[in-house]
Amino acid sequence: AEQKEIGTFIENEQAQARVHSSIHSFTGICWDKCVTSTPSTSFSRAESTCLANCVDRFLDSSLFMVKQIENRRQ
Amino acid sequence: MQARKEAVKASIREELALQNAQELMNKANEKCFQKCVTKPGSSLSSAEETCLSRCLERYLEAFDTVSKTYIARLSRERLERNSTNLSD
Repeated sequence: AEQKEIGTFIENEQAQARVHSSIHSFTGICWDKCVTSTPSTSFSRAESTCLANCVDRFLDSSLFMVKQIENRRQ
Repeated sequence: MQARKEAVKASIREELALQNAQELMNKANEKCFQKCVTKPGSSLSSAEETCLSRCLERYLEAFDTVSKTYIARLSRERLERNSTNLSD
């Protein structure tokens, strides 16, 4: 039972670590794509919108690419 | 015995949190150095320091936005998966 508790704990921490790792990765990608000018005291409207959309579009792209690969195989 | 277990778990969580914070700082430094220090001189100019300071604020803001968006997406996808499973 204690083994199980440790196992569950580790699984949860690893899942959380994967999420954090993805967030760091996406932040880098979206920063490069969206923050084009010299940083100022706030983001421009365009930059804010871009950052808000970026993650979802990246994941949509990823799903789309997977479908494309599957179509190619058929 | 229970207290010892909890202490171990707490220190593992703390270590992971520290790694997360370090990763954030490393990336912020990398991106902001790129943006603000175009030609490294013999010291940081005050203009460069101002730029770095602003850049850090913006990077943390971007991190926050990305974080919230991603977590919301994960929740959404989990809900969709669960509702598809129920209707099977």
